[in-house]
Amino acid sequence: MKICITSQGDSLESQIDKKFGRCLYFIIADSETLEFEAIKNPNLDGMGGVGVQSGQLMSNKDVKAVLTGNVGPNAFQTLQAAKIDIITGISGTVKETIEKYKTGELKPAEKPSVDSNFGKK
Amino acid sequence: MIISIASGKGGTGKTTIAINLALAIGKVHLLDCDVEEPNSHIFIKPQINSKAPVYISVPEIDKSKCDFCGKCSEVCAYKAIAALKTDVLIFKELCHGCGACEYFCPQKAIKEVNRNIGFIETGEKGNLLFTGGKLNIGEAMASPIIKEVKNRVKPEMINIIDAPPGTSCSMIESVSNSDFCVLVTEPTPFGLNDMILSVEVLRKLNVPFGVLINRSDLGDDKTVEYCENENIPIIMKIPFAKNIAKAYSQGKPIIEALPEYRKKFIALYENIKERIK
Repeated sequence: MKICITSQGDSLESQIDKKFGRCLYFIIADSETLEFEAIKNPNLDGMGGVGVQSGQLMSNKDVKAVLTGNVGPNAFQTLQAAKIDIITGISGTVKETIEKYKTGELKPAEKPSVDSNFGKK
Repeated sequence: MIISIASGKGGTGKTTIAINLALAIGKVHLLDCDVEEPNSHIFIKPQINSKAPVYISVPEIDKSKCDFCGKCSEVCAYKAIAALKTDVLIFKELCHGCGACEYFCPQKAIKEVNRNIGFIETGEKGNLLFTGGKLNIGEAMASPIIKEVKNRVKPEMINIIDAPPGTSCSMIESVSNSDFCVLVTEPTPFGLNDMILSVEVLRKLNVPFGVLINRSDLGDDKTVEYCENENIPIIMKIPFAKNIAKAYSQGKPIIEALPEYRKKFIALYENIKERIK
């Protein structure tokens, strides 16, 4: 299954980035084969609407779940409308996160974990 | 004539200067452009005789016509539209109402609808005319309301604009096209730092300005030094005085509590008038 982990680097060994909209990299990985694509976040320096843009990118990439630290209200609404599972409160490396995801112990969040503009601070 | 009262740092005394200058001159139009925290009316206590809502236009999408091509999101400069594969979301509080999405939509599925973001009110107190704006709680964009307030400027009158603090869009919108700007500051490191930012903005906007140092006997000499080095006129100094603070806390203009200040504010106006010539 195609999932996205927000990351501070471009490899499976990178630490996850706790920000969704303004993370450094999106690692889009196949949870079974561990094949992945690292996308440098094009929205990193946006003035506003970054959560919306990053959420739309996830929809365009057809990911089924997003694993990250925190998600704000606009990103949450966008991901939810795109029927993408949102899993917050993640820490560790990208690879560890994928392994943990596969065990099924990570449960999707029901609401945003932070307020608007959290990632800007 | 338009005289705006601005400051980089908040709480330096913009409203105090605006209302006292207005009351000292008498027959003026006072415009409160600090629409996020308007407070001129507290001191002026005008009789409000009209109130009008302010709207911005935001897109509404007819999903039966939309084919989810994503053009609207692509052209949105404010990232207020999420175009998903089978849905389109509009984030109204991010929308600046530019109309690009409606213009570019190939399916003609978008129409603009009005969204209320605040109101403006006008009133009077004696021969003073008052216009103020207020942004609704939770709204982020002050500029459309400030624009509406400024549309009420009376070219035949002396217009005094109480601007919002800072150097962001709302300050720029408020002070643009002024004949003169009074930059209120206090002689502290924060006051000076933020004043320099405002000086840079005013120079870029080509608005002539002078500095008014409030609580002038506090802090240090660096503000005066800076103004001398930059050839910026210091047009008034007001000391840090308990009786001024007391009058303020009771919602009283300085010129009422300390009548000797009436002359000083009239002198400030004469000074500004000379500089505009």
